[in-house]
Amino acid sequence: MGIVVQRDACVGAGQCALVAPDLFDQDDDGIVLLLEPNPEGALVDAATRAARLCPARAIAVSVP
Amino acid sequence: MTGGPRVVVVGASIGGLTAAETLRQEGFDGDVILIGDERHRPYNRPPLSKQIIVGDWEPEDAGIRSETEIDDLGIELRTSCTAEALDALGRVLHTSQGEIPFDELIIATGTEPRRHPLVPTALTLRTMDDALTIRDGLRSARRVAVIGPGILGSEIASAARKYGADTRLIGRSGTLTFGGVGALLSAQLVELHEANGVELSLDAEIVGASTDAGGTTIEFADGSTERAALVVAMIGGVPRAQWLLSSTLTVDNGVVCDGTGQAAPGISAIGDVAAWRDPYTGRPVRVEHQSNAIEQAIAVALRLVHGETGSRPVPLFWSELHGTRINAFGWFDPELPLVPFVGGAEPHPTVLVSRDAADRVHGAIGWNAPPREFRVARAAVAESSSLAPLP
Repeated sequence: MGIVVQRDACVGAGQCALVAPDLFDQDDDGIVLLLEPNPEGALVDAATRAARLCPARAIAVSVP
Repeated sequence: MTGGPRVVVVGASIGGLTAAETLRQEGFDGDVILIGDERHRPYNRPPLSKQIIVGDWEPEDAGIRSETEIDDLGIELRTSCTAEALDALGRVLHTSQGEIPFDELIIATGTEPRRHPLVPTALTLRTMDDALTIRDGLRSARRVAVIGPGILGSEIASAARKYGADTRLIGRSGTLTFGGVGALLSAQLVELHEANGVELSLDAEIVGASTDAGGTTIEFADGSTERAALVVAMIGGVPRAQWLLSSTLTVDNGVVCDGTGQAAPGISAIGDVAAWRDPYTGRPVRVEHQSNAIEQAIAVALRLVHGETGSRPVPLFWSELHGTRINAFGWFDPELPLVPFVGGAEPHPTVLVSRDAADRVHGAIGWNAPPREFRVARAAVAESSSLAPLP
């Protein structure tokens, strides 16, 4: 699975970093930081949930 | 059209769109029709009272998905289409563009602002077009009056100060409120507004108003008046459920649903318009926060596709007032004063929590909190909320 984040669309809700702290972090303004662009295993479900919960749809996940 | 089962989603904002998207991502292969009464494609509403009215964002920046993305997901989007009535037993939706039969209906029509009965000319904010009208007004108004002590009133007052307008924020309960936090943050919010030059009249009883070409004069019970070029009233929302009153659904301050969002066989409701029965109190509860709409949308889509019933969503909401970012997560009991959060051995002075006598953390507030610090408190709330019933 591949993850792409759009930092300029992020509104800093922080849902991603809460549900998938291994994949996402936030900078001091709350804007998303992508830690792992290619998750595997159990992290795939966490990435899907993070993308769905994002109110700005700033996270795109793709299955190769 | 596939000829398979058809899900119709009424309301093309974040809740309706998330439901439609999740259905597809989970493999639903029947028709998905998403109808919205605005001319715009789905967009985010929280930025309306934040980035849009201060002019930091243009309307397209708040868009959630492009027409192409929606099309690629196999979602049929019908804009400028208004739901007019529902035949719940016959499973037919009546709209301004004709009848649409369905197998499952998801109602996500949100709320609309209550108009101020004594200041009918006051602007209100719900849609993108409302936000652009307020933005244009703020650009030229020298003096602005905002009626309503909640988050939206605070945000509009904050925006007016950013434009340099003299600004008065008017309430009548004596306090400022912050969504599900209620009045627990009132003292901090009062201090923040006053430090940024907002005049506060929090126990003001409006008795009348008159409007002419130059502005509006608001009259108060004590005989004083307020003369402002622009008046905005944000005094609460009313569920957009009038179109359901002729149906067999139970509408009582929103569409009453069970704990999984089902209002009747084949009919669900999500977001601000929906009152889901709380699993702990048994009472229908309506939550007007975006995160709740998203979580309920996901929960209903998973139930329709897989028969799963999910967990209780935890409210999450945030604001930025005069450059101060305020985040809230969880539930707040008006009887429990907020206390500084202590996680592990570390004090976190920017995080306040609602903590009960059994030491469970029900809610957390970040006041300009570094995101990592706030997340520690959020995790504590999430842990507590999965353990035991809440008040």
